[in-house]
Amino acid sequence: MVGQINESRVTPILEMRGIHKRFPGVHALNDVDLSLHAGEVLALLGENGAGKSTLIKMLGGAHQPDEGEIWIEGEGVVIDSATAAQEAGVAVIYQEFNLIPELTVFENLSLGREKTRFGLIDLSGERQEALKWLECIGLDIDPDSKCGDLTVAQQQVVEIVKALAVDARILVMDEPSAVLTSQEVDRLFQVVRDLKKRGIGIIYISHRLDEIDSIADRLLVLRDGQYIGSGAVSETDRNTLIEMMVGRSLENEFPPRDVTVGEEVLRVEGLNRGTAVREVSFSVKAGEIVGFSGLVGAGRTETMRLIAGADLVESGEIWVNGEPVSVRSPRDAIAAGVCLLSENRKEEGLVLSHSSVDNFGLPNLEFYGRKGWLNSRLEQNEFDRYRDELAIKVAGPDQLAGELSGGNQQKVVLAKWLARRAHVMLFDEPTRGIDVGAKYEIYQLMNRLAGEGKAIVMVSSELPEILGMSDRILVMKRGCLVGEVENGPETTQKDILALAMEEPATV
Amino acid sequence: MKKFLGEYGMVLVLFALLVLFSLLTLKRESATGAGAASRLSEEMLAAMSSKAEVFVVGAARKPSEDFAGFVAADLGKNDKVNVTQVIGTPRDLRQAWDTAEAEGNSPSLLVVSGDVLKWTILSELQGESPDLEIIHPTERMVSDFLKRGNLLAIVDRIVVIAVIAIGMTLVILTGGIDLSVGSLVALSAVIATLAIKVMGGLEACGGAIWAGFFLATLACGAIGAIAGFLVARFEVAPFITTLAVMLIARGAAFMMTGGFSIYQVPDSITWLGRGATFGVPNTVLVLVVFYVVSHVFMRHTRWGRYIYAVGGNDEAARLSGVPVKRILIFVYLVCGLCAGFGGCIQASQLATGAPNLGVMFELSVIAAVVVGGTSLSGGSGRVMGTLIGAFIISVIQNGMNLLGFDSYLQQVVLGAVILFAVLLDKARQNGTSSVKH
Repeated sequence: MVGQINESRVTPILEMRGIHKRFPGVHALNDVDLSLHAGEVLALLGENGAGKSTLIKMLGGAHQPDEGEIWIEGEGVVIDSATAAQEAGVAVIYQEFNLIPELTVFENLSLGREKTRFGLIDLSGERQEALKWLECIGLDIDPDSKCGDLTVAQQQVVEIVKALAVDARILVMDEPSAVLTSQEVDRLFQVVRDLKKRGIGIIYISHRLDEIDSIADRLLVLRDGQYIGSGAVSETDRNTLIEMMVGRSLENEFPPRDVTVGEEVLRVEGLNRGTAVREVSFSVKAGEIVGFSGLVGAGRTETMRLIAGADLVESGEIWVNGEPVSVRSPRDAIAAGVCLLSENRKEEGLVLSHSSVDNFGLPNLEFYGRKGWLNSRLEQNEFDRYRDELAIKVAGPDQLAGELSGGNQQKVVLAKWLARRAHVMLFDEPTRGIDVGAKYEIYQLMNRLAGEGKAIVMVSSELPEILGMSDRILVMKRGCLVGEVENGPETTQKDILALAMEEPATV
Repeated sequence: MKKFLGEYGMVLVLFALLVLFSLLTLKRESATGAGAASRLSEEMLAAMSSKAEVFVVGAARKPSEDFAGFVAADLGKNDKVNVTQVIGTPRDLRQAWDTAEAEGNSPSLLVVSGDVLKWTILSELQGESPDLEIIHPTERMVSDFLKRGNLLAIVDRIVVIAVIAIGMTLVILTGGIDLSVGSLVALSAVIATLAIKVMGGLEACGGAIWAGFFLATLACGAIGAIAGFLVARFEVAPFITTLAVMLIARGAAFMMTGGFSIYQVPDSITWLGRGATFGVPNTVLVLVVFYVVSHVFMRHTRWGRYIYAVGGNDEAARLSGVPVKRILIFVYLVCGLCAGFGGCIQASQLATGAPNLGVMFELSVIAAVVVGGTSLSGGSGRVMGTLIGAFIISVIQNGMNLLGFDSYLQQVVLGAVILFAVLLDKARQNGTSSVKH
């Protein structure tokens, strides 16, 4: 037995070599190497958009590398479908679970490989097997309960059991702790340690650095799609790690700006919605850029959506230019002069199957024609003006928005809101998935808008961006505003991270 | 090329079908008009030297009967000719022939036309008396399909479907569906004719007819708006909502009439469905007006653009300030109005209101929209495409009727056409999405 373990230490169970992946406008992965040994937990780290998701989707069969090789237990494999991943012994547990909520636990466990007797499904046999697996992982769940009725933590374990049941040797977990309470996380770690003992290799993605220390053996850091480094967790200190994750030189990455802060434009008092947003109050003045920092799920996007009317406020008040406004829908917010550039431009910002002109005009049609009529020529002329100004590259008036690159898509969304001439602009992850050049242009534009006296809020998970662009930085955590930092040359990412990540004294 | 096919493919298909059916229904046909008759008579008289016994033969109740009448009248004016008109079947001709032979004045000339040319008795008679000369007008190629009467029949048959298909296009553009339109046709026809019956029945004036139509259309619009409200406000699946409305409306139509047809309406009710204005059939005018208005609405108004946006990405539309709920209610309202007006046209064409009208119309209407290139997933399509789609379906049905296809085979062919259209739509979608990813 000992010899076997030693041998598997020598040959990694998973190796990815020289992986490249390009999406229109983005080099999502650039020559990335990864290796994983049996019985090892490898923490995959990086900022949002660093390429972690793309990498693990390759293991799950959702993406294929443009270049590079994947080796499993010393053999080259092609993972071009979920089935191929299963056959290769890889199981990926995404943040969105692949369980069917209406089916019971044991039905989910045997889905796709049902046991049959005399041509019929052997229900009792399946139930027995499910019980066996649940017991061996130490989970007390009734195999007859519907998956939809389980807690998130329980569902997660069912996913893990499902992976074991198909004999997975490599388990990929995408931020498994993001949705768990601290007791549940402890429980998860017990399961993970148990899996290690079974010789399963685990790739563990998390933003919580404390967790990495307690569960991972090695870590690998990606940044902007590039391999930055790897090493044993015990030999890597926290500061080095954060520098690896975010450490870019900030010189010349952000355009300079002279701020003349004016009157207060946006004021938010005691905004609430469920547990996502709790008692959030802040204000933004004309010409000011306020950065919202925090971990994913801290409630930043939710706050923006409330101000923009995308979701309904449970309680709280919003003032624009000193007037209280009632925001019941995006329509109300737009009328009050508040625009939101949402973080998911493909789902929420654009109608991908329509042309960029149509997308550009959507919130602005009342400017192009009276009494419900539409002057398409006027609309086209306006679009052309913004297209030239923002250097949007479109092949022609008929080119669909879905065919544009990420940067150009974002510019179309920008153009459509610029044409509204709003007072308040809420930018939610304005540069996500956009290459460096286009990022710079968007920063310049934000500065110009601030110079024109608009109030700007920018939500970003990229700390350099927050530090490089904001006048003030507000930090959110678990739905609450937990800190405010006047941004200056001496402000560091560590200051912000400390606020965003530190555990509160009382839960 | 792909794009071209996507935008204009269906126009080409329609054009190809028109050419195909024109050619397939092409056949030799001797002229049977009055002009051809007098020309033929003149030629005969000019060629005739002595007195002649002439039979003019026509098949009963066929164009050749009229033709025989024209020729007999023209020849009868001249005393050189002794004309006998024989109208009927080949047996009648044999009898007349035998009688004449028995009397000793068997004819030396036989004037025939149209179907009579195909009678085998002609060659028999020629065998019996080799001197017999058979004369017929010159033949020409005629397409049954392209005859004015047939083309108008195509329009008459499709007008109700095509009008409703406008509303359906709007609904489908938002990503919805409306199954209730067939039942609304029946309900509308019943409401309209009941109202006319109440307002004077057989003696009702024109105003009463229009009032009935107006009431019926409005009622269907209101039902559509309610369905739209349920879809928009409670996010009930359009399929289910309109399925329920379909049952309710059909049941209501039967209840209102006790299951019988209502025919106590004045003849003038047929003006809309069968009449003409300045020589143009009113159905054609209805189609032109409805389609031009809806085309302009969809292309040149704010709400037209909003309808596309809601279907393309309702969340992006909502966040851009589009009143998504109002748009949804509006499209179902319009679809109800179109179905209501379609029911009025149907009632006018039949001069009856019956609760069993419009059965399965929803499927023909959806087929017209889909064949016309509107995507069932919403967001893309053209109203004018729907008109083309409606005509493609009607032309195929008409052409197959002319060619004598049985009705079962017609269903198979229509089903295949719809599948083809959907596959074309898929191919087009894949064409754009392959660039996307």
